[in-house]
Amino acid sequence: MRTSFVFSEVVTGLRRNVTMTIAMILTTAISLGLLGGGLLVVRMVDKMQANYQGKLEVAVLLTNDVSANDQDCSSQPCSGLRTSLETTSGVETVVFENRDKGFERFKRIFEAQPELVKLARPEAIPATFRVKLEDPERADVIVREFSGKAGVKSVDDQGKFLDRLFNVLNGVRDGALFLALLQALAALLLISNTIQVSAYTRRTEVGIMRLVGATRWYTQLPFLIEAVVAGIIGAIVSVVGLILFKAFILDRVLGDLFSSGILPTLSQLDVLLIAPILFGVSVLISALTGYVTLRLYVRL
Amino acid sequence: MIRLEHVSKVYKTSTRPALDDVSVEMDKGEFVFLIGPSGSGKSTFLRLLLREEVPSKGRVYVSNFDVAKMSRRRVPRLRQSIGCVFQDFRLLSNKTVAENVAFALEVIGKPKNTIVKVVPEVLQLVGLEGKADRLPHELSGGEQQRVAIARAFVNRPLVLIADEPTGNLDPDTSQDIMLLLERINRTGTTVVMATHDHGIVDSMRRRVVELDNGRVVRDDARGVYGVGR
Repeated sequence: MRTSFVFSEVVTGLRRNVTMTIAMILTTAISLGLLGGGLLVVRMVDKMQANYQGKLEVAVLLTNDVSANDQDCSSQPCSGLRTSLETTSGVETVVFENRDKGFERFKRIFEAQPELVKLARPEAIPATFRVKLEDPERADVIVREFSGKAGVKSVDDQGKFLDRLFNVLNGVRDGALFLALLQALAALLLISNTIQVSAYTRRTEVGIMRLVGATRWYTQLPFLIEAVVAGIIGAIVSVVGLILFKAFILDRVLGDLFSSGILPTLSQLDVLLIAPILFGVSVLISALTGYVTLRLYVRL
Repeated sequence: MIRLEHVSKVYKTSTRPALDDVSVEMDKGEFVFLIGPSGSGKSTFLRLLLREEVPSKGRVYVSNFDVAKMSRRRVPRLRQSIGCVFQDFRLLSNKTVAENVAFALEVIGKPKNTIVKVVPEVLQLVGLEGKADRLPHELSGGEQQRVAIARAFVNRPLVLIADEPTGNLDPDTSQDIMLLLERINRTGTTVVMATHDHGIVDSMRRRVVELDNGRVVRDDARGVYGVGR
């Protein structure tokens, strides 16, 4: 009896202000969609960091003098540099690559462009220490310590390039989350407003309910559930929207970056994984807004 | 059943008290008319019984509820033991007669089989057994008020409060409503009725409590409306 009564009240309530209900659902959906987008970027950055972790190196390029005369790093300053690199904390491995090996590597990388290889001379390639770090965050230390040392031409941190990419992605994430927040505020006000209108249009019923001694929960529950139902529908719309957005827009625009492995692939599974979060946030916020509105603005 | 002890009520927006040191006692099964000009405090009196308002001073008892002091959580219990009828019927226009009566039970969580049983009984009591499936706008004013009375009485309240129940009805229909209220009173329900209707008060010869400017100016065991004026 109780539940069927409450739910029939909810359905009539949602149907009665259908325009408000739709507005409420759409605003909630957009807000959740942006939140979901932000969370997806976070996932992507995490994956990327995991992908590149361990692959990143710091390259210590040696001067022309060392590159030309010291093929196996047996004399100073090369051997000294190697020892101090190896004894620096956080360094995993140090690999010396002399000019010839470096040139071979260069040829391998640019195999597809024979003109470039033809133009290049081994003299242009410096001998290099390839330093792998236990923690890529420590690259700064190597750069600071070894730049300008005798025999060192420059120190190259591959992480720097990646940092710029991360900055862009983090910017996208912050933007999405900020918009989500604004949109959430709009959703919040709409939910609150809808409940007030809903309570007003049903004031006769509510008046009678109070009069015959219905408990507070019994009078308020339909309004609360109304808000939560709208929230859930909003969450469904946002998840469906994200799935479609990924399938038809994201994959098309960023497809090349995904397939080349520069950006880690986002699967629909990733979208489904954040769906419970969106549902949870939506239910929590709509219920809370509903409850506070009923307490503060609606005398039931 | 109902006891007011030195009750005063001052509304924030008014300097004059709506009720001024009122003490009245009404026993179980009594039928009491509450009379007085508009603004004399009748409505405030009734609202205090329902705890729609809290007195500024004094105490209010209904059955064993200490109405002024009770916690908000217990208010529904109080209201479940009081039935209410108004001048404007206050029926739900989109529900049938039977649904209107059933609504009062549904919202306090009564089980369905109870509702199915007691709604026809109470409709018979008020003489509407053939009209259970009509909508309120298909009924006359008197019939609508019967529905309202059925709704107020269906949960067998200890007290029935009627705020000018005949205010919108012609004299003959009013007479019928009064007979119905009397019948309900005979089941042991205390009836408190606020009214302006001289004819009814004079013909019933029941207890009359008259309010004027928030004070009790008369309390006759078997009163008439206009005595002493």
